[in-house]
Amino acid sequence: MEKMHVKMKVNGKDVDLLTEPRTLLIHALREELGITGPHVGCSSSHCGACTVDMNGMSVKSCTVFAAQANGAEITTIEGLGSPDGLHVLQEMFKEHHGLQCGYCTPGMITRAYRLLQENPNPTEEEVRFGIAGNLCRCTGYQNIVKAILEAAAKMNEMKESA
Amino acid sequence: MNEATPPKEERTAALSGLGTSRKRVEDARFTQGKGNYVDDLKLPDMLFGDFVRSPYAHARVKSINTEKALALPGVHAVLTAADLEPLGLHWMPTLAGDKQMVLADGKVLFQAQEVAFVVADDRYAAADGVAAVEVEYEELPVLVDPFKAEADGAPVLREDIADQKEGAHGPRRHPNHIFTWEAGDRAATEAVLAEADVVAEEMIYYHRTHPCPLEPCGCVASMDKVNGKLTVWGTFQAPHAVRTVASLISGIAEHNIRIISPDIGGGFGNKVGVYPGYVCSIVASIVTGVPVKWIEDRSDNLMATAFARDYWMMGRISATKDGKITGLHCHTTADHGAFDACADPTKFPAGFMNICTGSYDIPTAFLSVDGIYTNKAPGGVAYRCSFRVTEAAYFIERMIEVLAIKLGMDAAELRAKNFIKKDQFPYQSALGWEYDSGDYHTGWDKALKAVGYDDLRKEQAERVEAFKRGETRTLLGIGLSHFTEIVGAGPVKNCDILGLGMFDSCEIRIHPTGSAIARLGTISQGQGHATTFAQILASEIGIPAEDITLEEGDTDTAPYGLGTYGSRSTPVAGAATAMAGRKIRAKAQMIAAYLLEVHDNDLEWDVDRFVVKGAPERFKTMKEIAFASYNQAIPGVEPGLEAVSYYDPPNMTYPFGSYICVMEINVDTGTTEIRQFYALDDCGTRINPMIIEGQVHGGLTEALAIAMGQEIAYDEQGNVTTGTLMDFFIPTAVETPNYQTDFTVTPSPHHPIGAKGVGESPNVGGVPAFSNAVHDAFKAFGLTQSHMPHDHWRIWKTAESLGLHD
Repeated sequence: MEKMHVKMKVNGKDVDLLTEPRTLLIHALREELGITGPHVGCSSSHCGACTVDMNGMSVKSCTVFAAQANGAEITTIEGLGSPDGLHVLQEMFKEHHGLQCGYCTPGMITRAYRLLQENPNPTEEEVRFGIAGNLCRCTGYQNIVKAILEAAAKMNEMKESA
Repeated sequence: MNEATPPKEERTAALSGLGTSRKRVEDARFTQGKGNYVDDLKLPDMLFGDFVRSPYAHARVKSINTEKALALPGVHAVLTAADLEPLGLHWMPTLAGDKQMVLADGKVLFQAQEVAFVVADDRYAAADGVAAVEVEYEELPVLVDPFKAEADGAPVLREDIADQKEGAHGPRRHPNHIFTWEAGDRAATEAVLAEADVVAEEMIYYHRTHPCPLEPCGCVASMDKVNGKLTVWGTFQAPHAVRTVASLISGIAEHNIRIISPDIGGGFGNKVGVYPGYVCSIVASIVTGVPVKWIEDRSDNLMATAFARDYWMMGRISATKDGKITGLHCHTTADHGAFDACADPTKFPAGFMNICTGSYDIPTAFLSVDGIYTNKAPGGVAYRCSFRVTEAAYFIERMIEVLAIKLGMDAAELRAKNFIKKDQFPYQSALGWEYDSGDYHTGWDKALKAVGYDDLRKEQAERVEAFKRGETRTLLGIGLSHFTEIVGAGPVKNCDILGLGMFDSCEIRIHPTGSAIARLGTISQGQGHATTFAQILASEIGIPAEDITLEEGDTDTAPYGLGTYGSRSTPVAGAATAMAGRKIRAKAQMIAAYLLEVHDNDLEWDVDRFVVKGAPERFKTMKEIAFASYNQAIPGVEPGLEAVSYYDPPNMTYPFGSYICVMEINVDTGTTEIRQFYALDDCGTRINPMIIEGQVHGGLTEALAIAMGQEIAYDEQGNVTTGTLMDFFIPTAVETPNYQTDFTVTPSPHHPIGAKGVGESPNVGGVPAFSNAVHDAFKAFGLTQSHMPHDHWRIWKTAESLGLHD
């Protein structure tokens, strides 16, 4: 199959991929760029393990062609924080035991990141609806919701003091 | 000579040992997307394998044509049963003493069965190859109803063993019959039932479902022909057992096989078994000379890898007029699918189903289980429970409700009246178990008070009246459940899998500077072993948990163990950890005695050091002792500080708990809302309360899924109708309630630290609590029993059948 060029900005870095038109974004990220944070859980956009941020929106990268991301700005879990400076959400997931096996976690945190951009002061119900596209089999969500609400409060505090 | 010793409390806190809500060490990598799951692995020249699967549930395979597939660019090989046969690998042994086709050998026996394995450059090329393989089938009559398996003219599924009158678990009376397993006293039970004041009888069905971990199953097999070594990375809940099985079936010497379980994205029992994908990947790597990866997709996972439950449990329970239970009879028809691939200890083909007398002092009981072949996927694994314990708990907790209705007695009172009393432990059950410890009444009373049980019953009665007056369309259900589990398999004298005793292990090495590494025979799939087992050790050897690395899952480095499932890690490997820690401490005491120039007996242990009795200023810390073990020539003591323990538990552990679910049910839409869920668990000594609470939340949510909608369903042709996450229910954050957790502590008397295991309790106790809430809501309108899952449609149908829509 003839390959095509796909140019994207991934976690702040320009990339130029030569890939098949049928390559899914998740496989381009994981297998061609070595960005293995986002995972594949269902390949049918139900579970959200593959969630990444694309042009300021949460997308399930298992149902987006890499070709559709040509020219896009992509942020994955790897782009949210660094070992020296974790994102507040990463801190709060750890603090409140918002993860167990860790498989849904990158997608869940990436989704929560966008949710809090869209709605910096969500209610518990809004958080629950906001992450309803991301499935977790381990935690029962209770601690995930707690972590996101706590992260929202902390991010607002930081904004105020800035 | 020593600096002032900090207070005991301060030194204890610094260890982050037993009982502390230590934050998880695993989370740094998981929150940053730096986990290392099997599909993250990419080796040079690695190929990808994918399956051609059967569209039919029962058919003869007339021909397989691989020519077009092999002609495609990027396709390297296509394996069929004919290719595996010369190696003797076209069939493989199951964990239950049966055998299973690796690739279709002449016929297929369930939809999505593996027919051919295409090996290609990547997953896209492999998918092209799968689509190009031509298979000609001749459809055969399909058997989906286990009750029709032995009828005249029923299709014979397993032609390979049709004439065998003896199976792995005794006589077979029909080609579609696998085994009959019995426990208890049949004649005595029949006699008690015949003479009883009251007998309640009901068929309790626990439907077929699936563990569905978020990460599907997969592996990477790499045969290094230069060194003759086979390495397989994979989603294995029992890596050592996989190594032994791989050696036995492949003929490769066990020391030349290395099995590695990297991070695992949830298991819940699904990743215990050995699947055709593993065998085909290994063969493909041997054939092609390069590493081969196989990762199933979600539908493959739901349709072909191990299912759970599918038990039809016919129950009879008897009691005196005033509600003292006298006898219990259960006959189970177990639908095992096309191959008996249950993951049970060898002597227990129906797992620990004989824990079905539950929390109650039932003097006489009898259980029989018939295993049956049908045209469905193989499995029967313990989905977040010890072997068949959730079936047993659901059965007894439903039967108690059914009996309460028959007696006209409150179900909470009936339970309390029949609980095994605290002073009866250790308790010998009528079906053969010795319950190690328990205190059921204390937790039960606490639970009833916590939810305001009496007020809830009043509210419910008022609601029924209001409903009858036409003032509301919502009913209130109060779901009660008191479960007793049996976990921690298990004593080698009666528990083995494929002849491997179910002990477990821990090996500890203390480094010269006083930090340590510990390796175990188990493997975490999210339970947080690296966090909690380090806590057990911290308390045993006085080295802070943060200075202890914990490693599992690599058979070249970890001591032999039977893996993680059936809530066995804490009861068995946790015990091994404590015992290995005690060996370290014993040697440390000898070293300290030498350094302090006193007799061993003159020393006492004090949190993180040995102190000379009566001379608190004279001590040696573990850090000092560790260094001394590497640089002092101590007469009669070997250098270094290491220990290993292989722990054979003397008994199982018996966690228990009291769960109450308060549910609102709309009779017109069938929708439900969990208004309150209270869960009190007694898992003995608590290692990390934060993690216990997390396990309970997660287990309850899996119970919610199972009870309220999750199902592997088949139509009459044997087609799976729930093979994607569109149809297979997994609750989102919206359907999932907040849970209220609580606890009592009744330590296990035989476990070194008194711990019992908790990961599976919420599933075992949760399913009956949710289901009983649904039944309880309709009780006033005449409902005694209905079948799970209680999805909106089924609840609506229940309301309809009771005339509530008229």
